[in-house]
Amino acid sequence: MEKVIVVENLTKAFGRFKAVDQISFEVEKGEIFGFLGANGAGKTTAMRMLCGLSIPTSGKAIVAGYDIRTQPEMIKKNIGYMSQKFALYEDLTVAENIRFYAGIYHVPEKEIAPRTQKLLERLGLEHEKDSLVKALPLGWKQKLAFSVAVFHHPGIVFLDEPTGGVDPVTRRQFWEMIYEATDSGITVFVTTHYMDEAEYCDRVSIMVDGKIAALDTPANLKKEFDANNMDEVFYRLARNASRKAD
Amino acid sequence: MHPEKPIEMKQFISFVRKEFHHIFRDRTTMAILLILPVLMLLLFGYAINTEVKNSKIAVYDPSNDTYTRAIIEKMQASEYFSVVKMLKNEQEMSEQFKSGEVKMVIAFSENFHENLLHTGDAQIALIADATDPNSAKSVVNYATAIIAGYQLESQQLQQIPFQIDTQIKLLYNPQMKGAYNFVPGVMGMILMLICAMMTSISIAREKEMGTMEVLLVSPVKPAMLIIAKTIPYFFISLINLTTILLISVFILGVPVAGSLFWLLALSLVYIFVNLSLGLVISSVVNNQQTALLISGMVLMLPVIMLSGMMFPIENMPVFFQWISQLIPAKWYIIGVKQIMIKGLGFSAIMPQLAVLSGMAVLLIAISIKKFKYRLE
Amino acid sequence: MISCNNISKKYKKVQALSDISFEVKPGEIFGLIGPDGAGKTTLFRILTTLILADEGVAAVNGLDVVKDYKLIRERVGYMPGRFSLYQDLSVEENLNFFATVFNTTVEENYALVRDIYQQIEPFKTRKAGKLSGGMKQKLALSCALIHKPTVLFLDEPTTGVDPVSRKEFWGMLKKLQQQGITILVSTPYMDEASLCDRIALIQKGRLLTIDSPGKIADSFKKTLLSVSSENMSMLLTDLRAIPEVESCYAFGDSHHITLKNRTSEYKQEHSDSRRKMADDITVIINNLKVNLEAKNHINVIIKEIKPGIEDCFMELSKNNM
Repeated sequence: MEKVIVVENLTKAFGRFKAVDQISFEVEKGEIFGFLGANGAGKTTAMRMLCGLSIPTSGKAIVAGYDIRTQPEMIKKNIGYMSQKFALYEDLTVAENIRFYAGIYHVPEKEIAPRTQKLLERLGLEHEKDSLVKALPLGWKQKLAFSVAVFHHPGIVFLDEPTGGVDPVTRRQFWEMIYEATDSGITVFVTTHYMDEAEYCDRVSIMVDGKIAALDTPANLKKEFDANNMDEVFYRLARNASRKAD
Repeated sequence: MHPEKPIEMKQFISFVRKEFHHIFRDRTTMAILLILPVLMLLLFGYAINTEVKNSKIAVYDPSNDTYTRAIIEKMQASEYFSVVKMLKNEQEMSEQFKSGEVKMVIAFSENFHENLLHTGDAQIALIADATDPNSAKSVVNYATAIIAGYQLESQQLQQIPFQIDTQIKLLYNPQMKGAYNFVPGVMGMILMLICAMMTSISIAREKEMGTMEVLLVSPVKPAMLIIAKTIPYFFISLINLTTILLISVFILGVPVAGSLFWLLALSLVYIFVNLSLGLVISSVVNNQQTALLISGMVLMLPVIMLSGMMFPIENMPVFFQWISQLIPAKWYIIGVKQIMIKGLGFSAIMPQLAVLSGMAVLLIAISIKKFKYRLE
Repeated sequence: MISCNNISKKYKKVQALSDISFEVKPGEIFGLIGPDGAGKTTLFRILTTLILADEGVAAVNGLDVVKDYKLIRERVGYMPGRFSLYQDLSVEENLNFFATVFNTTVEENYALVRDIYQQIEPFKTRKAGKLSGGMKQKLALSCALIHKPTVLFLDEPTTGVDPVSRKEFWGMLKKLQQQGITILVSTPYMDEASLCDRIALIQKGRLLTIDSPGKIADSFKKTLLSVSSENMSMLLTDLRAIPEVESCYAFGDSHHITLKNRTSEYKQEHSDSRRKMADDITVIINNLKVNLEAKNHINVIIKEIKPGIEDCFMELSKNNM
């Protein structure tokens, strides 16, 4: 299998505090990789490094074939990113948002129209094309944000708590979109606080105190920790975390 | 039950303490607030200087008599001008301007002294390069002043009849220093900036952060909340006022000619006006950005353009003159000039004090009335 | 303790709340459960006297939210959804400030907040903005409790907080309940429903149901099956293609399906036909299994299960589209 993310002893220290402490893992092409951890465990810092936004203190990582230390610009061209906090411009219309992202990711001009059409059809948003994003229900916004994040056909898409606060039905539709994306070969790197969503991942890593405390398929993790569900697995690992503050 | 008064006092003190914490912990903003007046004064004092020093001028003097030579000497002796060239004919004049070497040419008419003595009508032409209109105007003003000065001198000596072109501006500002004009302006601007802008921003921040929501769902009285907000900025503006006065007296050489007491009294009233203006703004905005824009654009611009700080109000179209009456800074700047520069007393600033006090009362009333004790 | 009668609220074009009525009994933990945009925050703001309803009346502690807003503000504790502390003040300074705001001192009511505050006390000189999510939440709760309120309003206190901190937080709420404080809490996490005494499910400004979590689960009328196989993604598509399947959603490691024309109502009402029903289900499960195995699914496991709150929410929200 092709490896799209290779991380070796990646470390980020702020003064003497090691936010991310020598983590190593690999993610395969087309995989859904769940990246879990308590608040302050170092998830965000690690994710920032992988997206080429922050330089590691030591260790290395290759994302989509590029070194995060020397080729962050190439990485940014080849990944998609979506977060719960910021995804779309509320005061632009649906079409304008798509056009904007297509522009910054250099989607070929003649591709934009047909891809936009397909996207709108897929989401059933044809009639909302010219509505402002802020007028859409949250669930639609999140689905649209995801579609926009993969609009330029990136190799990997990073999703930072994409489903927070979304209603149960939409949350599931969202995951079905993730499945579809992986079927077309996109690798998904996702963080979530919903433990049932951890079950949808092919493999899950759980960070505790800056280190990866466990990494395996949900089934194996449950077996290993003798737990009924991922919630229990997470609780057993993160309960003893010494790091309580960021 | 708790006794009412001490509790309210305690709440108030703890509010004020909190506000000071906010200010002291935001080092950058605090530094800006304290250094801004200094920077502004120095900027106006040295960089954006409308004063003219050692301007190069050329002279065309076909008459070349004792009188013209004396005037040229006066020019040369003054710190404003240095005569770099004596022109031989009128043609050379336009060449001088084209080359941009001189700011002004002084041209005397022929037989200057003779004409002056017999007809009382001799002519001097002051021809200035007006590509920079402000400095051209100053150069001409200075030259006129020097010539007038010399005329006055010789009149006393020789009893020659001629008209004196009096420069009113020289009356209170004999050296024609720009500082006399911009120090009051900067005072008006800084005090408004600190009081109105910072107060409105700090209240808007509470709304933005969601802390306002918690404070509203508490027994705290709205009036106390907003008064506590203004206290720290009141103190900061006093510090600024002191800095401005110290700099202007000791560095820029602008004395406080009149009563310091009335200058401070006028400033206090002006500060109150602006604090309450900040409160009024904060009652209509919900985030810091709008607060900044409103106090920045809606307050600052008129102060700069219409308060008489930069442009004389008398020269404005009537409509703008009328609007300028509504600008607190206009009244304050006039009042400050009366005391600081002209050295006049209380009676001279009565109208300004009255207008500003009226504005303060009105704005405080509006801000208390407009304070929302709910979120909408 | 809290009562709401026919509350409606409209913002320009959006109907934020329509005809909301419910009651919270003294000493209860009452959960308002629904996704973002359901109207939870609007309802909280009406009850905490921050905004006015267009229609309907509401009372807290027997006091009218419009007329007696001053008295209510003295008695309730409120923790808004956003992080509402002063980021540039230390933990200690925040707590002291809010104590004076509510006319009290930290010492006076320390007993009430001790359990919670002790966990963050080691960091008391740290600025609130530098705390982790879980600790901010504890500080905010301490601040909301410092004046010993009779009713506590917590608007989405656990949103964005990791599962471990969430569990701890609910543990704290249980302790507060034992001290006689009535708690109205909102959350978008359906799994937190079981921790409340009673809940109201809310969506698009309407209440879907109000009851104890157990009774709401009991009222689920349909047969609910959990299905799993080796290929979960394909299983989802295949299940949806089966005509008898009414709805099919992923639920962690299995999919939950309901079937058309089958309700479990019989079960309670006609005890005679109970055996027949049970047989029926076995038959159905077998048929389903055969069907799926024919589509190359391996390790197919199908069980009849009890519905959770999330199943109920999804079922009820169908009628509220």
